[in-house]
Amino acid sequence: MSRESALVSADWVEEHKNDANVVLIEVDEDVSAYDAGHIAGAIKLDWKDDLQDQVRRDFVNKAQFEALLSERGVSSDDTVVLYGGNNNWFAAYAYWYFKLYGHSDVRLLDGGRKRWELDSRELTDEVVKREATQYQAKEQDKSIRAFRDEVEEAIGVKNLVDVRSPDEYAGRLLAPAHLPQEQAQRAGHIPTAASIPWSKAANDDGTFRSDDELKTLYADAGVDFGKDTIAYCRIGERSAHSWFVLHEILGQPNVKNYDGSWTEWGSLVGVPVALGDEPGKA
Amino acid sequence: MCGAKKGGLDLKGVDIDKEAVIQGQVLRGEEPVGGAYVRLLDSTGEFTAEVPTSATGHFRFFAAPGSWTLRTLAPKAEPVDRQVVAQYGEVAEVAVAV
Repeated sequence: MSRESALVSADWVEEHKNDANVVLIEVDEDVSAYDAGHIAGAIKLDWKDDLQDQVRRDFVNKAQFEALLSERGVSSDDTVVLYGGNNNWFAAYAYWYFKLYGHSDVRLLDGGRKRWELDSRELTDEVVKREATQYQAKEQDKSIRAFRDEVEEAIGVKNLVDVRSPDEYAGRLLAPAHLPQEQAQRAGHIPTAASIPWSKAANDDGTFRSDDELKTLYADAGVDFGKDTIAYCRIGERSAHSWFVLHEILGQPNVKNYDGSWTEWGSLVGVPVALGDEPGKA
Repeated sequence: MCGAKKGGLDLKGVDIDKEAVIQGQVLRGEEPVGGAYVRLLDSTGEFTAEVPTSATGHFRFFAAPGSWTLRTLAPKAEPVDRQVVAQYGEVAEVAVAV
């Protein structure tokens, strides 16, 4: 993967607006943003109601994902272009999700909603309804998803990257201030994890920083590009954004997102936890 | 509860003794700018939070006491930086001209 294959520009989206095989999808933390205005032709996915199982703590399974996308009118061979607010935070999560189920052609709109709005490009509240399809998903690609046992084995062996804010990393906060729900029993971080807040990967306008800036960001924080990497945050969304940077833009092999993240780790019995601003020892 | 400053956001329900509030309005000339983005940067310049402005150009942060920078990005304008000091018991009102 590379920047060229994973990202599209706003101009690219305008040029392909009449292309029936290009499906624009908005995914936002603020799920009401789409209704107030979206890019013409875009449909919406709700990161919680659509993409998470409503009983177990897990994603929708393959059959549910197929039913969802069939109903929304997305085909397996469509080019899916995702965008959203807040530096594409939740759009990047959805991108990882599409990859998890093997969708072959997925892109992110660089800069997302913010860059689009700052450029004064058009938004519409027109309701979009696509013809239903027969979407075929693949089995989950576990090469990009990490589970807790694998994370424990990675302590002191692989790169662990904690992409939450410095206060969450140090154990001074359990969640971003505006998201009080979904908390773990204990605060802190996984020992040896480097602290690289996800938002550092984006410029002020929401576009991704250059490859050189991104490499420097991770290398300076202690990431060894010769090793495998597991990224985590609190519930796996911000770390999907960092996974996107490492795996899709920088083309690093063997990068996984630990979607159990801190809400799982910080509630597990018998696992090590480090407090404070330093990574801690294995 | 003290009333909001004229033209500012209503402070009903906000305990300003416990919150270091930074709020204000983004204006182009006399016109409020809705849909601009205001970023809160800490004293080292690190990004802390971002909010879009309301239709009336207003924004609000619940910060910690200290020095902050507000960086405003609006359509058809260069980014504007404004320094602001937040403290408990006082609302820092900032008008940003773009």
